[in-house]
Amino acid sequence: MKPVYLDNNATTQVAPEVLEAMLPYFHELYGNPSSMHSFGGQVMKQVRKARDRVAALLGASPEEIIFTSCGSESDNAAIRSALSSYPDKKHIVTSRVEHPAVRALCAHLATRGYRVTELPVDSEGRLDLEQYRKALTPDTAIVSLMWANNETGVIFPIEKAAEMARERDILFHTDAVQSVGKIPINLADTCIDMLSLSGHKLHAPKGIGVLYLRKGTKFSPFLIGGHQERGRRGGTEATPSIIGLGVAAELAQKKMDFENTFVKGLRDRLENTILSIVSNTKVNGDRVNRLPNTTSISFEFVEGEGILLMMDEYGICASSGSACTSGSLQPSHVLRAMGVPFTMAHGSIRFSLSVYNTDEEIDFVIEKLPPIIETLRGMSPYWKMGAQACREA
Amino acid sequence: MWDYTDKVKEHFLNPRNVGEIEDADGVAEVGSIACGDALKFTFKLDENGRIKDAKFKTFGCASAIASASAMTEMIKGMTVEEASKVTNQDIANYLGGLPQEKMHCSVLGREALERAITYYKGAPIKAEEEKIVCECFGVTEKEIERAIRENRLTSVEEVTNYTKAGGGCGNCHPLIQEIIDRVVSQIGETPFERPKLSNIRKIKMIEETLEREIRPALKHDGGDIELVDVVGNRVLVATRGACASCQASNQTLKNFVEVKLRELVLPELVVEEVSA
Repeated sequence: MKPVYLDNNATTQVAPEVLEAMLPYFHELYGNPSSMHSFGGQVMKQVRKARDRVAALLGASPEEIIFTSCGSESDNAAIRSALSSYPDKKHIVTSRVEHPAVRALCAHLATRGYRVTELPVDSEGRLDLEQYRKALTPDTAIVSLMWANNETGVIFPIEKAAEMARERDILFHTDAVQSVGKIPINLADTCIDMLSLSGHKLHAPKGIGVLYLRKGTKFSPFLIGGHQERGRRGGTEATPSIIGLGVAAELAQKKMDFENTFVKGLRDRLENTILSIVSNTKVNGDRVNRLPNTTSISFEFVEGEGILLMMDEYGICASSGSACTSGSLQPSHVLRAMGVPFTMAHGSIRFSLSVYNTDEEIDFVIEKLPPIIETLRGMSPYWKMGAQACREA
Repeated sequence: MWDYTDKVKEHFLNPRNVGEIEDADGVAEVGSIACGDALKFTFKLDENGRIKDAKFKTFGCASAIASASAMTEMIKGMTVEEASKVTNQDIANYLGGLPQEKMHCSVLGREALERAITYYKGAPIKAEEEKIVCECFGVTEKEIERAIRENRLTSVEEVTNYTKAGGGCGNCHPLIQEIIDRVVSQIGETPFERPKLSNIRKIKMIEETLEREIRPALKHDGGDIELVDVVGNRVLVATRGACASCQASNQTLKNFVEVKLRELVLPELVVEEVSA
């Protein structure tokens, strides 16, 4: 059974063009780019090309691109570098809805003498810039805010937030893992100092990431070692993955319009149809300022894990913010921060599409999902009385 | 993805006895939507006092649905007395086991069964008088004590897996630890050294491993081994036959018997030879 893969915010397939470009660098052109011989030197040229391509996607210059192993490493490198570059500043500003790579790191730093402000979001998952402004202090070493949320797709006003940090000489980092390749980004026009991206979210392989570091920004390496990446990140370059990421960046740029027209169209059709067919259903998060590929839909009175496993029987892949799937006993921190009621939070399903999804796949989900919800609601002790209450209301 | 057994998946996809009995003899509602799982359970007795029908409705994950389905299947045909002896472990076993983090689903099933029986007997349910330990999930001290006792739990994490208590804000962790310490000392086990296996289970597993894995190999060389005693993690054995007079038997004990036992029973085991 070929999966209907609608979980692209978790990870994506490696694009065929990316895989093809990578293959020679495993077994034929395996030289070390740092070597003096031309066998290694030719690989260096390809690494350079990849760096140019990534820089072009971000609107950055090539020397501002540092290859890392993943988004989490980039996040760690950015935040830790800011703290060690400004040792007198002990305050971090972030949000309640960050990815664990930032959230858990900040929680860890809070036990190491740093003060962390986690900005709240409203019921639509939006940030209040006034509240943000008030959180910035002379003691603030760094702001780290995600560009787009992985669960809801809600986009934060990152350019504006970065500008406000710059006015106060505070470093600004953004985890842009979900937004790079999906929405246009031109870092040259912004005040963003550091940005994290992850290869496997944009059809490059797992195990490759990038930290963008604005020219002139103080930096202290996270991984100390050789002279690679201009001494900013030790370790022999993962040449096949870097080259793959270069191709993926170029593809993403070419397909940006397609993503924001066709993929967005698929997402909207899925969302609107499900909402109109299935009662007691709601979209989580701001539907206007949102990634084109993501929708988080809550089905009242059912539990997300059941929905996922029943969809799994048809090969439909999605994810949920429910407690049962989160590995903890509470629903996702993002939905809780938004104040989504329990009746809704436990039954939330995230569909995240990619340029490889088709109209047929969306039709298939629209056909299979409503009966699943009906079956599970038929089993739910809350369903009848819940529906009753809604009618009365 | 959870590692569910085929039986859990089967009961989730084809749950038995979904619904509600109108004129039920026993009725119970446990859990809440805020906590993420809830179960409504009803049963009806026949003229001989045996459970003729049982039905459930569940809001919860796959293992909650499967646990309720399993529980209703298990108790059909039982007397109320027999059904009252069903434990959460029985429900989990019926399903071929549940992931540790999901054991609370089997506890929810047992709770519903127990409350429905209490309802049938006409005894009052005094839930509101019980002391709540975990505010996030509304878990009472009694429920925690019972889970510790019945499942020989020794850590806060395990208590969370079985009862959900402590799975939210975490403020009650010290309180849960106190309850563990108290109950564990009551049932006569040291609170700090966590025996993953009860002694009886451990000895049984050692015997089985000797029988299945070790004896046949030794017998092949004309030797044999006998389990004399198990003291803590010391496995006291006596060698027999060719082994008893073999110069290399010490090597065999360490490199073969001990390695096997550590692999299959418990990594802390030490094999010692005694004359018996």
